[in-house]
Amino acid sequence: MGHEVGLSRPSPLRIICAGFLCLFALLIVCLVGADISYLGVKKVGLYKAIELLGQERILFALRMSVVTSLTTLILVMITAVPVGYALSRFRFPGIALLNTLVDVPIVLPPVVIGISLLALFSFGVGEPIRRALASANLSLVSGVGIVMCQYLMAVSYGIRSVKTAFQGVDPVLENVARVLGCSEWQAFWRVTLPLARNGLIAGGVMAWARAIGVFGPLMVFVGTGPHVLVMPTTLWLELSIGNIETAIVIALIMLAFAGVALTLVHWFSPEGTAV
Amino acid sequence: MNGLELCGVTIRAGAFVVDNINLVVPAGEYFILMGHTGAGKSLLMKAVCGVQPVARGQILIADRDVTQLDPRVRRIGYVPQDSGLFPHLNVRQNIGFALDLIGLDARQAAARVEALAVEIGIVALLKRRVISLSGGERQKVSLARALAREPRLLLLDEPVSALDEAARDEICALLQRVHQEHHLTAIHICHNRAEAARLGNRVGLMNNGRLVSVEAGRVVA
Repeated sequence: MGHEVGLSRPSPLRIICAGFLCLFALLIVCLVGADISYLGVKKVGLYKAIELLGQERILFALRMSVVTSLTTLILVMITAVPVGYALSRFRFPGIALLNTLVDVPIVLPPVVIGISLLALFSFGVGEPIRRALASANLSLVSGVGIVMCQYLMAVSYGIRSVKTAFQGVDPVLENVARVLGCSEWQAFWRVTLPLARNGLIAGGVMAWARAIGVFGPLMVFVGTGPHVLVMPTTLWLELSIGNIETAIVIALIMLAFAGVALTLVHWFSPEGTAV
Repeated sequence: MNGLELCGVTIRAGAFVVDNINLVVPAGEYFILMGHTGAGKSLLMKAVCGVQPVARGQILIADRDVTQLDPRVRRIGYVPQDSGLFPHLNVRQNIGFALDLIGLDARQAAARVEALAVEIGIVALLKRRVISLSGGERQKVSLARALAREPRLLLLDEPVSALDEAARDEICALLQRVHQEHHLTAIHICHNRAEAARLGNRVGLMNNGRLVSVEAGRVVA
């Protein structure tokens, strides 16, 4: 009987948790609402916003962001699938250290990644690579450098998501496939990959969302020259010269990207594992 | 001819060791392997399948040394405890999985799947999704899939332990029939003495990584 009363009456724990959940949701709604209402106060309607976005430098940044982040996504997945599979399946000495190293870019301040890249390509092992790129008329202060920064910021998220997706596939199924006649590669291709598919897509979307929002390492490694501008650096430039309306329109575009990405992540994430 | 021969097989899995297993199972025998959980039965079965490395010793299937051979060339039918069906494929696709790898074209593979479905009594399940099957149905599909490549050796890892009594009886009867009609050598891990007595020609008992005894099971007809 007491049990029934307890269930029908909200407990203090439930009230506190639900309260904080509502407060947090309200904070996010307020942040987005503030951007929109600022434009409203400044009388920037939809037509004006489209006009602001249509400026050549903004369109260039938008194109550069999309192209570099999609390139980064491909590179991240090429890395994350084998690395995530190895970390989820193989047991060998040093795996704990490798797991830690994979997570390092997540905990590093972004600006440290930028300065480390500068050091690497100035007098480190990356110098021959920089020279080789230069001899092919390719500069690091270009889409190449942007992709490097985005890759380092996004790859750990990709690996972690992919690893979790592979951990969700029962290794017994791979063994069964091999006994049924598959090679290791065929078992991976025909069983493991299809079963981990949704987790891989969710991880890829997460990594892409991370890549398109990179700012700190770009400021240090490639700067803000007109030919290396992406959405976050353009937003900062517009803000620094007082074009707040343009900056906020760019921010709303990035928020829209993030919204689409999160919807996709939750759509494809296996139940209860959304990143 | 021997169906399975284990000569001093030793397997290491972390600190646990399956130690120096010697066993001869004549072709066509139904051998039951019993023992407490953690005795090393499933590890031994994985080694026979080829998905668990052997530290020492030899595994012979139909008198051929397969110790270093890839699992796919051992011609083993394997039914794991939880059926091991692929959840992204339907029943038909599960049974026909990898039939293309032995050179069957789509028409031949479809005919093989149909024939097995008739034999096992699962024709009505062919279009069903794996997730919608009951425990007994899953094990029937898993058995049909294991038979699809015409194995020389059938390995059954607790195929009925998770089933209710009626389903258990039905699957045991099916296993008996399949064993006789296909003239297979079968190794069956189980915990139930009545099940062992009903199915097995002989019963082996494992304890703490060792095969401690092998005794006669049911009277062979």
